[in-house]
Amino acid sequence: MSDNQQISGGEALVRSLEHEGVSSIFGYPGGAILPVYDPIIDSSIRHILVRHEQGAGHMAEGYAHATGEPGVAMVTSGPGATNVVTPLADAFLDSVPMVCITGQVPYAAIGTDAFQECDTTGITMAVTKHNFLVTEAQDIPRIIHEAFHIATTGRPGPVLVDIPKDIVDPTNARSAMNWYTASDADMELPGYAPQMEGDRELIRQAAELIRDAERPVLYVGGGILKARAAEALRELAEMVQIPVVTTLMARGAFPDSHELCLGMPGMHGNYTAVTAMQQSDLLISLGARFDDRVTGKLDGFAPDAKIIHVDIDAAELGKVRQYNVGIQGDCRLVIEGINHAMRELGGTEAQADRSAWRSTVSGWQENFPLTYEQSAPGNKLKPQYVIEELRDGNPADTIVASGVGQHQMYASQWWQFDHPYTWVNSGGLGTMGFSIPAAIGAKVGKPDSRVWAIDGDGCFQMTAQELVTASVENIPIKVALLNNSYLGMVRQWQEMFYEERYSEVYLQERVPDYVKWAEAMGCAAIRVEAPEEVAPAIAKANEINDRPVVVEFVTDAGENVFPMVPAGKSNSEVVVDPTQQHLLDGEG
Amino acid sequence: MAERFHTIVTTVENKPGVLARVAGLFSRRGFNIESLAVAPTDDDRFSRITFTVDVESAPLEQVVKQLNKLINVVEIRELDPAASVSRELMLVTVSADATHRKELMELIDDWRAYVLNENTEQIMLSFSARPARLEEFEEKLRPFGIAEIQRTGRVALQSLAD
Repeated sequence: MSDNQQISGGEALVRSLEHEGVSSIFGYPGGAILPVYDPIIDSSIRHILVRHEQGAGHMAEGYAHATGEPGVAMVTSGPGATNVVTPLADAFLDSVPMVCITGQVPYAAIGTDAFQECDTTGITMAVTKHNFLVTEAQDIPRIIHEAFHIATTGRPGPVLVDIPKDIVDPTNARSAMNWYTASDADMELPGYAPQMEGDRELIRQAAELIRDAERPVLYVGGGILKARAAEALRELAEMVQIPVVTTLMARGAFPDSHELCLGMPGMHGNYTAVTAMQQSDLLISLGARFDDRVTGKLDGFAPDAKIIHVDIDAAELGKVRQYNVGIQGDCRLVIEGINHAMRELGGTEAQADRSAWRSTVSGWQENFPLTYEQSAPGNKLKPQYVIEELRDGNPADTIVASGVGQHQMYASQWWQFDHPYTWVNSGGLGTMGFSIPAAIGAKVGKPDSRVWAIDGDGCFQMTAQELVTASVENIPIKVALLNNSYLGMVRQWQEMFYEERYSEVYLQERVPDYVKWAEAMGCAAIRVEAPEEVAPAIAKANEINDRPVVVEFVTDAGENVFPMVPAGKSNSEVVVDPTQQHLLDGEG
Repeated sequence: MAERFHTIVTTVENKPGVLARVAGLFSRRGFNIESLAVAPTDDDRFSRITFTVDVESAPLEQVVKQLNKLINVVEIRELDPAASVSRELMLVTVSADATHRKELMELIDDWRAYVLNENTEQIMLSFSARPARLEEFEEKLRPFGIAEIQRTGRVALQSLAD
């Protein structure tokens, strides 16, 4: 593809995507984007035809979560565009690199309420890192390059490119353009220059605070994964021997099996992670954002803790909690800087005496492990047990994609995450229906990895149709459907905070028939009702690789997720499993 | 006492939708804009948006950092109220029948306002000054009877060094 060749904007778009290294597009054609779908036939890019545009967006996200590469979705104007708004908002809150191409009505028709017209850039302004409305075919290579640059650098995020039909339609004179291969030199982004390097003086101050802290905790978030900083983090944690909590977005960023790992903090975090943060004298926040689900009631959060806050996004520093040392920069580079400064300060040997802290923390771990009671014979499965069997029946590098609700919390709690990029989930937006399309996207990006979606019955009913996509496109994911016939998390809140008045949370026991539904979509399907059937069903699912598999586990609706910090309460008021409550009363 | 209203001068790319991006950011983050002025600069690639924010609605630092995340925002300057000059323009039509006309003309002269347009019943004025002076002048005009009034929103520049 030599430069200065006269081609159409549609060809230029597909070429530009190829030039950016795109190998897969998740999309759905329609009127305004039609001219782009013609050159796709001749492209090396694999196009995955989804069943709903929301699926395309979540697949692009799943792809990005698993590979670190930007996911690409392509949809038509109007309803196609509005259907990807949810994935865009999801990707925006979880900083997922993603590029979304939307068709638009011809440029001259914009603003006339044309068929399938909507103000896509206006609608998505608040849920994208940036968006573009392309007005000239000649700009396509440059703007596509800018879109990928913005999506993947600094704090990653979704970027939308809205393309009017006339500039991609070869029958329209406005689509004529001279091809050029866009490079960084072509970019016109005078207001965009992410700051990667952290300030050296601040890094030194951070290292000193860490060295002198007696009850420190490393509070690590999704930024570790985005910055590919897991190794640097591990070096830091081991050098200074400080315990690590991994937020919902950071599961796998530090191995759960590591002796310094305390697991997940927050509303459904384990007691030790929550309480260690709460009682710490120094929180070292790396790529985390003091989300309300982590802090609980803000003015009661970690009252004695000084704060080191490292983030690529300056606006996160001080947004929620005032810091003592705030460092803007790429997490990997800043952590490497701290490691260097720490070695200069004497490394492991120079650390303050933390033996009392270590023994306090291990005391909590001993007294308050995650726990549940196995169901009595003949009763429904415990969801935690199902997750444990899934964990034990799969290799450690299995990719797990979850929906949103109780099953998500059980998955985060009971899976053992020992590898980065194995946990794909909707943390910030909390998008029900995320898991199946996200798992499909992850499997497309990592075809040699085993990918399990862990889903609830409410979530499953929102996006299950993408299993048709998975069947037809030969993307053999596996789905563990934890079916308790309820919107479990909402039911839990109604039980605990609304006097057991259950309002609109019961989804029906036998409708739909998930096995028949899954089979109708081309999947293998297994229903499991007894504990002894769980492991064999998982093993059987793992042997089926020529189509997707759905394993329906019929679980106990009465089970609640513990520990729990009730909304609006301080993390000091964490409610543990009922069997452990007496220990807590003793402590208090 | 810290000033409640701070003036921020931004240089933005002169592209469609940029004002909507800025305004949308302010509304979704709950920042209150007291005054807003948009105009081209001497470089046609860029425009200037000058606004005054109520720092009781949000910390100034957050406002600046969030603005900085907008890709089309090229430069942001916070102007220290003590080291900057700001002006705002007012156009106002005032009743001016024969009985009060002379008195009104004296006021216009004293305040160095300009007559833009007049007939036997009304006079249209322009007046440019610090925002607080605009309010004072408006109060002086009110007894004559204000038929119509428009203000531009303030613009500001840093004071020259001594």
